[in-house]
Amino acid sequence: MINKKVANVTEALRGVSDNMTFMFGGFGLSGIPENAIAELVRLNIKGLTCISNNAGVDDFGLGLLLQQKQVKKMISSYVGENDEFERQMLSGELDVELIPQGTLAERARAAQAGFPAFYTPAGYGTEVAEGKETREFNGKMYVLEHAFEAGFGFIKAWKGDAAGNLIFKGTARNFNPNMCGAAKITVAEVEELVPVGELDPNQIHIPGIFVQRIFKGAHFEKRIEQRTVRERP
Amino acid sequence: MLDKNGIAKRIAREVKDGYYVNLGIGIPTLVANFVRDDIEVEFQSENGVLGMGPFPFEGEEDADIINAGKQTITTLQGASFFDSATSFSMIRGQHVDLTILGAMEVSENGDIANWKIPGKMVKGMGGAMDLVASAENIIVAMMHTNRAGASKLLKTCSLPLTGVQCVKKIVTNMAVLEVTNGGFKLLERAPGVSVEDIKNATEGHLIIDGDIPEMNV
Repeated sequence: MINKKVANVTEALRGVSDNMTFMFGGFGLSGIPENAIAELVRLNIKGLTCISNNAGVDDFGLGLLLQQKQVKKMISSYVGENDEFERQMLSGELDVELIPQGTLAERARAAQAGFPAFYTPAGYGTEVAEGKETREFNGKMYVLEHAFEAGFGFIKAWKGDAAGNLIFKGTARNFNPNMCGAAKITVAEVEELVPVGELDPNQIHIPGIFVQRIFKGAHFEKRIEQRTVRERP
Repeated sequence: MLDKNGIAKRIAREVKDGYYVNLGIGIPTLVANFVRDDIEVEFQSENGVLGMGPFPFEGEEDADIINAGKQTITTLQGASFFDSATSFSMIRGQHVDLTILGAMEVSENGDIANWKIPGKMVKGMGGAMDLVASAENIIVAMMHTNRAGASKLLKTCSLPLTGVQCVKKIVTNMAVLEVTNGGFKLLERAPGVSVEDIKNATEGHLIIDGDIPEMNV
């Protein structure tokens, strides 16, 4: 067993510095690497490029990095619910690149899988395709999109072990598995760090080879963004 | 004239037994409430779930189980969770049978604009560009005119496009229309709406072929 376990978030984030590019798992606030984000806030490094489907809310998720003006550029598919984000974007302080959600997932997966680029139909004929190579296959048009390049990928999983094996839960899975192994260093934080041998190899979603550092998150708030319920009958 | 629930109810009749369906935010979400319960349909949410169920009862919300609108949901028997790349493999790979989404504008050649109004806050396209670029069967659910009363069925879209030549069918508060080579072909009228009313509310080329039946909702 190759040991990927580190003691805490500080050790897990060793090597992060100003002007780096990071990838963050999560959809909305579900499955975000809360502990890594809190540590980045504490370190207060600046000029970051953040690849993440969303940008958090004002007081949680990546919104916390935006509050401290740590982010230079966001690459996302949807950036709705964040006033500070909107202010920085409209004032020109923050550079924002909006890309289709499936393209975001696949650019991560391509980096993980060793593909430099791929063709997708998403965005053809729209401003997303401007300046990009296009090509026809079997009578349909496609846009060439490139794999992401990032220094660190921050992942949140449900369970993991010291070998770096990961299991995700529910829709908190989202972009997390696609971003494992997509950056130079993948840091996984888990709710439960179980002894090696406890996870059934048949049930593992991400093998440890894609993970460089794993730690048990000290605290998970797991905030719900849109609590929606129905009446009991 | 239909209300939002009426539009959803009419679209629900397009959902067939055995379909995997992706519902967009807004009117499309309401469609799930009107699908016949004697057919088997699975709803896909692009954040990574197939077999979505209703909202949970209070106290049973789970932060790890949400839909693409970030709302808490439940799952039905036979449901599955998956990562985002797999989710969009289902979408781009045309494994999803029907996509229902809203729009700001649709043009007579099937172009759709629904993600950006220049000069206003841009939230992003989310999964909409992947959905419209790939789905074989796209139904647009929207009001026939905008708040200012201007037609949303146009010769060409004025807003930045989400996808080109992809919309097949449109259900509005006034009509059901099919996008054909020549324009918007009128299929059905909403109750109490005349062909003349629809003509006046449609800027793009409207094709009227014979008697247009009133919709059955």
